[in-house]
Amino acid sequence: MPLGLLKYGLKKAHPSKRHFNTCSDLKPSYDVVIVGGGGHGLATAYYLAKEWGITNVAVLEKSYLASGNTARNTAIVRSNYLTPEGVRFYDESVKLFQGLSNELNYNILYSERGHLTLAHTDAAIRTSRWRAEVNKHLDINSKVVYPDELEKLCPHLNLSQDTRYPIMGALYHPPGAIARHDAVAWGYAKGAFERGVELHTHTEVTGFDIQNGKIEGVKTNRGNINCGTVIQAVAGASSEVSKLAGFKLPIKSIPLQACVSEPVKPFLNIIVVSGSLHVYVSQSSRGELVMGSTSDPYPLYSTRSTLDFKEELMTHLLELFPFLGKVKILRQWAGTTDMTPDFSPVMGLTPVQNYYIDAGWGTWGFKATPVCGKRMAETIATGKVPELIKPFELERFYRFEQVGERGAASVGH
Amino acid sequence: MKLMPCPVNGLRNISEFICGGEVEEMPNPDTGSDHEWAEYLFMENNAKGIVREWWMHAPTSYWFIAERNTATEEIVATYPSTELFNQRVEFTQANTSDV
Repeated sequence: MPLGLLKYGLKKAHPSKRHFNTCSDLKPSYDVVIVGGGGHGLATAYYLAKEWGITNVAVLEKSYLASGNTARNTAIVRSNYLTPEGVRFYDESVKLFQGLSNELNYNILYSERGHLTLAHTDAAIRTSRWRAEVNKHLDINSKVVYPDELEKLCPHLNLSQDTRYPIMGALYHPPGAIARHDAVAWGYAKGAFERGVELHTHTEVTGFDIQNGKIEGVKTNRGNINCGTVIQAVAGASSEVSKLAGFKLPIKSIPLQACVSEPVKPFLNIIVVSGSLHVYVSQSSRGELVMGSTSDPYPLYSTRSTLDFKEELMTHLLELFPFLGKVKILRQWAGTTDMTPDFSPVMGLTPVQNYYIDAGWGTWGFKATPVCGKRMAETIATGKVPELIKPFELERFYRFEQVGERGAASVGH
Repeated sequence: MKLMPCPVNGLRNISEFICGGEVEEMPNPDTGSDHEWAEYLFMENNAKGIVREWWMHAPTSYWFIAERNTATEEIVATYPSTELFNQRVEFTQANTSDV
């Protein structure tokens, strides 16, 4: 690698090769059709091709690759969840993320920063302790820290007791990290493409051909395809697509807003989150502050921003970091989150045979990209749902066996 | 700031309201199966377009029906729930000897 780099550096021409091509003609039939060309869909395609040798696969994306929620999150990776099911699942994801640049031979700018979940109330301290104990039990690095230690971990944090919501402590999770969201999707797309997977952008699914409760084909705006298996990974449009396949989901589509500041000198080398104040902030490698706020209070299929949410976010952010008062906002956006009643995803089998689902990602979809792709690929290849994702099946709602993960979410509803 | 017309209190800031979810037919309290109740409690139409929902004006605890477009955020109509529901639901006492 160093020698190759040197040779490349001394060359006069530096041609850049396309990572992947899209938009060839659709074939009449595929073994697997993946609906949705975001991080999850592309990761599934990659692991199907790489680990299971299934390459007669088409990824259908109605817009351009990773144009949905993959491009609309705050790119935080962590595994400090509350339920054992959740912790195990996200832990595998963190481990995959850690080796992902090497695995894909594509720099995803993975940056381990440490993750602080601030607690401003006795109840929040209690939840932090609870989460820390569950985490430790499952060998995850998490502990509760108090202001003396917080001062060392994040010297710029306002630890004054004269604020509206003084900081009492925090859950500290050293493996917490950020990554370049686009690079994750492009890396997977490249890896899948190199192994023969077809990527079809601007290809919208308009219906399904289901016979005797089994999926037989997919109808698109570019023609019909026969297929053996379908996986739906369309966060933000999950209910609309599942309706085409004839079943309902326990999902409400709710916008989650975020924004980015102008670049400033690096000062924040840890991810700071407050569940009580609905704030999460990290500094990107470009120096921008990536900031998130709370969800809108009602369902909406729109990615607009609103002033009142920015005002609320800034009020709380300035209490945590008062010296940011003159920093300007560069851009803002919203993502559509699939909110389930128990704040856990919906993965695995559906009422339609050979039609698999990957939905319900709420505000935590990006951090699950690798594990989700890997385990959904396993589900499709073996026809069996792996133990790791079994607790998240759609059927759990009919058995009243939800996986209550609300306490570990940074966004209240 | 977005405004919502409350049938009782008139135009108010939308932050004064709480969305109570879509209007759906409740299973029969005496005969509904577990599956029907799960469907009613958890499964959502979550439609993109005009939906009919329960809303509450929080300061006055007044519940009413709103028709709202979830694609454009336009509030199409709001009206008292009595326009949809004019019969009382009776919950009969469960037979304790069955339990």
